[in-house]
Amino acid sequence: MIEFDLVIVGVGGQGAILSSDIVGLAAVNSGVPVQASETHGMAQRGGSVENHVRIGLTYGSLIPKRQADCILGLEPVEALRAVDYLSSGGVIVVNTNPILPITALSGACEYPDVDMMINELRNYCKELVAVDANSIAKQAGHPLTANVVMIGALSKFIPLSVEKLEESIRRLVPPKTVDVNIEAFRLGRLQ
Amino acid sequence: MSNNTITYLLGNHAIAQAISQCSTDVVAGYPGTPSSEIIEFLAAMKPDCHIEWSVNEKAAMEVAIGASWAGGRSVVTMKHVGLNVASDPFMTLAYSGTRGGMIIISADDPGCHSSQNEQDNRRYAAFAQIPCLDPAVPQEAYDMVFYAFEFSEKFNMPVMLRPTTRVCHGKSNIKLRTSAPVHHEIGFQKIPSRWVMLPAHARLRHQDLINKQQEMMQELGLSKWNDLDIIEGAKIGIIASGVASVYTKECLKKFNTKASFLKISTYPPPVELIKELLGSVDKVLVIEEMEPIVEDVVRSISNSISNKEIEIHGKDIIPGYGELNVSIIASCMASSGFTDNQEEADIVDKTSIELPNRPPVMCPGCPHRATYYAMKKAFGKDAVFPGDIGCYTLGIQMETMDTCLCMGASITIATGIYHAGETKPICCSIGDSTFLHTGIPGLLNAVYNNADITVAILDNRTTAMTGHQPNPGTGQTVMGDATYMVSLEDIATSCGVQFVKVIDPFNVESTIEIFNKAKEHKGTSVVISKQECIITARRRGIKPRPFEVDIDKCNGCRMCIKFGCPAIQFADAQVEGEKGYAHISNLCAGCGVCASICPFDAIKEVC
Ligand code: SF4
Ligand code: SF4
Repeated sequence: MIEFDLVIVGVGGQGAILSSDIVGLAAVNSGVPVQASETHGMAQRGGSVENHVRIGLTYGSLIPKRQADCILGLEPVEALRAVDYLSSGGVIVVNTNPILPITALSGACEYPDVDMMINELRNYCKELVAVDANSIAKQAGHPLTANVVMIGALSKFIPLSVEKLEESIRRLVPPKTVDVNIEAFRLGRLQ
Repeated sequence: MSNNTITYLLGNHAIAQAISQCSTDVVAGYPGTPSSEIIEFLAAMKPDCHIEWSVNEKAAMEVAIGASWAGGRSVVTMKHVGLNVASDPFMTLAYSGTRGGMIIISADDPGCHSSQNEQDNRRYAAFAQIPCLDPAVPQEAYDMVFYAFEFSEKFNMPVMLRPTTRVCHGKSNIKLRTSAPVHHEIGFQKIPSRWVMLPAHARLRHQDLINKQQEMMQELGLSKWNDLDIIEGAKIGIIASGVASVYTKECLKKFNTKASFLKISTYPPPVELIKELLGSVDKVLVIEEMEPIVEDVVRSISNSISNKEIEIHGKDIIPGYGELNVSIIASCMASSGFTDNQEEADIVDKTSIELPNRPPVMCPGCPHRATYYAMKKAFGKDAVFPGDIGCYTLGIQMETMDTCLCMGASITIATGIYHAGETKPICCSIGDSTFLHTGIPGLLNAVYNNADITVAILDNRTTAMTGHQPNPGTGQTVMGDATYMVSLEDIATSCGVQFVKVIDPFNVESTIEIFNKAKEHKGTSVVISKQECIITARRRGIKPRPFEVDIDKCNGCRMCIKFGCPAIQFADAQVEGEKGYAHISNLCAGCGVCASICPFDAIKEVC
């Protein structure tokens, strides 16, 4: 059976759960077991959030350090924070648009340079895809589709078919937004 | 959905699905992470049963007990610390027992993801001497609900189901069972020897409870939730409980360790299986999150096996705090000689780039931030600010949250600080839902005992932190039905408070003024800061116009930055010598508070 460990990280409120749901549901609809773990609760108020999706695994939902096949970073600092989950041959797909934490907004600390972070991320992985998902989302028709753009970019690396992923998107996004989201997914896939 | 189909569900959703398939008659609970979604999903399914958000866990527990005593099936849900609130009925319920099947769901939070402590409620089950089921994965949680009802009805005992955060907020493929609705004959039967816990009855019921233990343990021991796998010739035995069992299995496979393995998910732990394992090995490691509950039992069984010396490890190796995971278990096993492999997770190189922390914050436009701003202005930063549990606990970032102990403790802690002789002004804060949960007796107590304190009730018209549940102050039930909307002012007045004022925190000036008056007032004063949570307001379609900074007027004084709204950012000067200025991002929710704060009138509504 295919096995694939995916860590999705981002900022509370960004909709990381939708991203992991799209992948998890696509796997289950492909007949593959999934164990996923989500961040709910306090961290959802703008804190760091971390979801794990284990495709084809029947153990616990937490991915051991150094074992993830891929990190999907919805925000660059969060991608870097989670980098110790990645296995040596792993892939990173990262949204290059920063979200400044309150600690940086208030001037208490500095937000690192994005290019520097992307270069650093390259040291940890076999392949990196840096995506300006916010711009692509606008191009697709709505800024709120950035996470689906990211799923599009991720789709080349996960062992699930495009049809199943699109099917999950149709099932999970609000009915009125299906078309823009499918467009976002397709544009993301071109990255 | 109930026909052997496979679906992809959140643990709490799976539990809700099972509850609805079991023809449950009454479900009650109080919101608390990680338990809240059980009732939310259930309410959305609209099954033929009474579902309620009770005002607190004690009320919820008693409602569920009443339903069971009337012959119905009932479930009560809460987070682990909620059981502290409900522990009074809980302990004596074990004596009385149940009639209709009853499940107590205590969602534990090892790792304190969203909690003030990480207590292990398997201890509570042992304390009350009631059975407890500890699921390892969401599928098990789903299946256990069916089992728990049957068990409860067989023994007339409540059963505790204790999923942890990883199960509640885990998502997996769930194989649904087929089930047919069952009708339970409802009718309260007068059985005073069981329902009236006079001392004479209680003594007998306690004996009965003790007498049942052996039989219950045997039945639990035979259940499929425990699993013993004796490996021929293995001298090492590993025992793991609940969620830890799946992490441990993954480790054993990874390391290819030759060990016999016992998975435990029922309490009291299965003595016979433990004996069987101990009989075949020389060395045992017990792996469980939190407390050494299984370990204690293993040690006492081992002591009673006289012809054999067995080396037992547990909390001497495995941490007794925090969540476990594969990496922790692997390195514990390696360091204690349970495997020869060195765990590579120990040698992970973290990045050398310094990453900014990202603590949770109140939303842009959150009314609490505005209340705290005014409170601090009126009371001064040296005042004492006892606090409570909700989104507003994040007020710690505004230095208006000096204590946070448990639900409802703000008013009583403030009272204690005052009576100890503290002379600085004292202003405590408590949310609407928390006030209705356990704050009212504290307020009554403060008035009764002449505490000179100010109580700010942060009334954002919802129970926000746990996912925006309705409460008695919102005039809506969990099913969305209209109900009486209780008035917080009236409650405060009825408690005897002589100074009760309602303010809108977005009106900064008058809020400061009222807080000043409350501070001056001798005796207990109450300020109800009433403004809807920005999230629920938005869901209702309210979209105030955002604000922007006129950079010509902005003086770069950073007053608005200090306010701490995540939508305001400072743009440093590009050219040396020039001033920087504030910038408002598209996260702005249009509360307008920063505009009131700006001394240069530089912040205006976008036209
Ligand atoms: S959810 Fe509501 S109450 Fe909680 S921080 Fe956001 S605006 Fe404030
Ligand atoms: S008006 Fe000001 S304080 Fe209110 S949300 Fe917008 S930027 Fe934040």
